[in-house]
Amino acid sequence: MSAPATGAAADLLSGDAEEPLLRVRDLTVGFRTEDGPVSAVDHVSFDARAGELLAVVGESGCGKSVAAMALSGLLARNATVSGSVRLGGRELVGASPDQLRAVRGKEIAYIFQEPMTSLNPVFTVGRQVAEVLRVHEGMSRTQALDRAVELLDLVGIPHPRERLRQYPHQLSGGLRQRVMIAMAVACDPRVLVADEPTTALDVTVQAGILDVLRDLRDRLGAAIVLITHDLGVVADVADRVMVMYAGRVVERSEVDELFARPRHHYTVGLLGAVPSARVSGGEQRLREIPGLVPTLEQQPDACTFAARCPAADERCRSQEPPLAPAPQSSHEVACWHPAGTRPPGDRAPGDRAPGVAREESG
Amino acid sequence: MSAALQEPVVDGAPAPVCEVVDLVKHFGPVRAVDGISLHVDPGTVVALVGESGSGKSTVGRLIVRLLEPTSGTVRLNGVDVSSLTRRAMRPHRRTVSIVFQDPASSLDPRMTVGAIVGEPLRLHGASSSQRAERVGEMLEKVGLRRGVAGRYAHELSGGQRQRVSIARALVSRPSLLVADEPTSALDVSVQASVLNLLADLQRDLGFACLFITHDLAAVEYLADEVAVMYLGKLAERAPRERIFTAPRHPYTQALLSAAPVPDPPTQRSRRRVVLSGDIPSSLSPPSGCRFHTRCPVAVDRCTTEVPDLREAGGSLVACHLVADDGTGPDVRRVE
Repeated sequence: MSAPATGAAADLLSGDAEEPLLRVRDLTVGFRTEDGPVSAVDHVSFDARAGELLAVVGESGCGKSVAAMALSGLLARNATVSGSVRLGGRELVGASPDQLRAVRGKEIAYIFQEPMTSLNPVFTVGRQVAEVLRVHEGMSRTQALDRAVELLDLVGIPHPRERLRQYPHQLSGGLRQRVMIAMAVACDPRVLVADEPTTALDVTVQAGILDVLRDLRDRLGAAIVLITHDLGVVADVADRVMVMYAGRVVERSEVDELFARPRHHYTVGLLGAVPSARVSGGEQRLREIPGLVPTLEQQPDACTFAARCPAADERCRSQEPPLAPAPQSSHEVACWHPAGTRPPGDRAPGDRAPGVAREESG
Repeated sequence: MSAALQEPVVDGAPAPVCEVVDLVKHFGPVRAVDGISLHVDPGTVVALVGESGSGKSTVGRLIVRLLEPTSGTVRLNGVDVSSLTRRAMRPHRRTVSIVFQDPASSLDPRMTVGAIVGEPLRLHGASSSQRAERVGEMLEKVGLRRGVAGRYAHELSGGQRQRVSIARALVSRPSLLVADEPTSALDVSVQASVLNLLADLQRDLGFACLFITHDLAAVEYLADEVAVMYLGKLAERAPRERIFTAPRHPYTQALLSAAPVPDPPTQRSRRRVVLSGDIPSSLSPPSGCRFHTRCPVAVDRCTTEVPDLREAGGSLVACHLVADDGTGPDVRRVE
């Protein structure tokens, strides 16, 4: 277990001397659809550092996957992307398809949720892993196959040589996901984006995949961006956490701090919504967040969570809160009335927002 | 088999709402369910827990008779329904309902919400005014407005759709609700509201529930008893408290230790058991104890001899290594 000594404090100085591996500023993504424009990601800024695992958390529709795909121009043509994505000093927003192709796989690689749909069913595993190496590294067939054996071994696949001769359908879900990870890290990418990599897997298999991610972070020093909705997974492997809601970053912090003292009322709601041994004891009610995630034509000059927030007032509905350092804490929150702003050291359960009524009606 | 097998009510102890005995379901060569016995008492929630391919959903479908068992018995309120004809089954259908994982695909897109929720009543012969009243009541019970009755499923959010499924399942006042992963397709915050709703309804209406899930946290929140399945067989069955505080079967122990808890200091200091390999195929399940290929403490006997589910220290456990008083290995402490 390694928690790089970065800390949220350094994060506040966005213009610090040493540029992080991946530097995202004001990333904004919209889609033109038949029903008009839809705003998916709104001025998202973050850094990913070598040897660090950044978890991006949010529910469906919060823009976490779209933001990840936008990093290397993977979105469909009806998407409009603006802002800046700098990877190792190179700007990727607006780069040509050729330039992006050279970067993908080699500098930034992806692992997706469903390994069966990401692997080609008619080619052997070996051919698919080797293809990455032949295209990006210009290896010969035998070189590539030898390296593929090493890679499968790296991600914990037993008997790698035999596995290379098999087709994806002959592997279990957990093994397929390991193959996907092996392909993703084949060219030693500096940034690895894992989008819900364990969501389709069983828990006993998930534990092994999370170990692989942890190992890649520590051994290869990759910057890992892990997109997930599972707070248990975040608690297990993340160094830092970024919480997204309706296209915006609403809270960002080092992992322990976020779970111990959530500041945004959405984060408070999410943490209270998860049943867990110690929280519920089987008796207490789970916290509900009333209402629904809005679909936005355009981002309002307001807090997008205001309609569902127990602490919202007029200001929240008329002025967008910036992501700023939270009072009395080391992390950042986009909220006019952060939760738990009380004397330091006071960590009563009352830190969490007052109970709310019931989700959605009609 | 006939109703003569109905169990007598002993000392006022109520007969189980649902009892399955030696239930087997094979799909061709696939042995999805391979000899399961369990019962659900009135007003209790029994969680059937397992990973994909364990056969837990098949058990649910056998109980509501969406599937015909290969062999074995399903009794609902004491009546053996596993050999009834479709027509003879019909009066029993209202005693058991099912809620599925994905409300988007289990609600008819061409029917209004009112028609969907009222359909079970129509089949059981209620008049249209009775139906409208009961549907309105039921929608309010699941936290929706009566006006939703005129809408279509696609106009609703995922959480609202699942509320509609629950309303449909409960409108005929079944004595047993089979809930098959009812929250797995929903977002975390919506999951919470559906779990709260199920807990409230179960308390108010008093139905028994077979809660099929892979989510151990939800089990701890909702269940009275827990049955753990692995590859078509039960590994362990015990009251909730005991499953979580003193799991006996190595698979139960591994499952509990693998599910991450949303609290970093706790999660990072826990010892997790990473099981080797994946769940074997139910096409050719391992000999002996089906868990032996992944069990960190398996011995020779486990590879040849199938363990029976037997009483051990207040739990029912199918493991050769657990003694009758419940003592045995804890894989969370094995190197």
